[in-house]
Amino acid sequence: MDKNSNAYTFIFAIIMVTLIAGILAFTAESLKPLQEKNVKAEKMQKILSTIGVEVSRDEADASFNKYIKQQLALKEDGTVDAAVDAFALSLKKELKKGDAQRFPLYIAEKEGKTFYVVPLYGAGLWDAIWGYVALDGDKNTIIGASFDHKGETPGLGAEITTDWFQAQFAGKSLLEDANAGFVADNFLSVKVIKGGAKTGDAHGVDAISGGTITSDGVSDMLKERLARYLPYFKNN
Amino acid sequence: MAEEKEALFSKKNRALLSDPLNDNNPISVQVLGICSALAITVQLKPALVMSIAVLFVVIASNVIVSLIRNLIPSRIRIIVQLLIVASLVILVDQVLKAYAYDVSKELSVFVGLIITNCIVMGRLEAFALANGPWKSFLDGVGNGAGYALILVLVAFFRELLGSGKLFGFEVLGHKAKDIADSTGLYALGYENNGFMLLSPMALIVVGIIIWFQRSKNRKLIED
Repeated sequence: MDKNSNAYTFIFAIIMVTLIAGILAFTAESLKPLQEKNVKAEKMQKILSTIGVEVSRDEADASFNKYIKQQLALKEDGTVDAAVDAFALSLKKELKKGDAQRFPLYIAEKEGKTFYVVPLYGAGLWDAIWGYVALDGDKNTIIGASFDHKGETPGLGAEITTDWFQAQFAGKSLLEDANAGFVADNFLSVKVIKGGAKTGDAHGVDAISGGTITSDGVSDMLKERLARYLPYFKNN
Repeated sequence: MAEEKEALFSKKNRALLSDPLNDNNPISVQVLGICSALAITVQLKPALVMSIAVLFVVIASNVIVSLIRNLIPSRIRIIVQLLIVASLVILVDQVLKAYAYDVSKELSVFVGLIITNCIVMGRLEAFALANGPWKSFLDGVGNGAGYALILVLVAFFRELLGSGKLFGFEVLGHKAKDIADSTGLYALGYENNGFMLLSPMALIVVGIIIWFQRSKNRKLIED
């Protein structure tokens, strides 16, 4: 057959593409369970790290079951929707739903103390940012935070994943007056402050130089997400 | 027939392996594949994994293209080459995601960018299309290793001088917040050179390697 004919070229291309598509599809399908396991284990690692438990990915599953006592899917009014698997919830999808959103809440127990871990999801400069923040038993004091991002600028906005930035959140509090209860007026959240937070500011942490929009994204994300949990915190 | 009689490691074939390491190094002489050399040489480990990935892709695509070189219609040969390279890269990416998740996160888009690594396409066009599978295999090993050599060398200096570590081990001693708690060189007041961690330093290190190589290898000096 003439190798330069159109027919040969077409047949060659069709055979080649079909063959390669088959190989790739097969590999992707057979490696999928392992890949999903990695993603799941990483999520568990991140959640555990906010309550001060650092584990390797292999141990993530066992530790998660040990420390995380309850995984709740909350409704808008703060009640629990028992029909929904909280861990499988994707905040990215939930936030697009409008009315029937469900928010995951993880209740952890470590050395006899109870902690509440709230997942976060928001927008940075270029793309999505997300993370987890752990609250002490009073549901007011932050004990740990962990952030991640999809495409922030390395060295600037991407610094939100660094330890120094995340460590700043520990000890900050959400409410203006700890005794005035979980109502919107009393809820201040924690802000990332450009130019640096004042010493002793219970509601502010230092922003990242050159990463202002990402820093603001973190502030907005904390305020927006945590406010949704007020009804639950008030009643429980 | 003469080709079949040629020994597996004849002088010519050995040159296919050794040339790209020095006289015809893809990075320091041909100056190809610089993009990834800048991006993932902050630490040795990702540099090594990237090298292995490129090595695999160059070898496999060279051999595959060489095997079917007489079947490929010349009008669509570039697309066919791209298809083969791209599929191999996707395979590597999928395997890394499943078996080396941390490394795959670290390399992120750069695994995908192997597709655009000029070394791979360059070897296919320049060599694999005109030579048999065994020679193409050797050519792939040589060029992949030449690339790996420079990458690891750059990463070695960047990790050592930039963060005082090699493969994550603190070879220069431990740096604590307070100088009194530090050990090794840090106890004497040594500081890491943070500039080494930024991309421009990779370019400078590659430049120094090229300069050094040319000063040693007379063949490379142009009139």
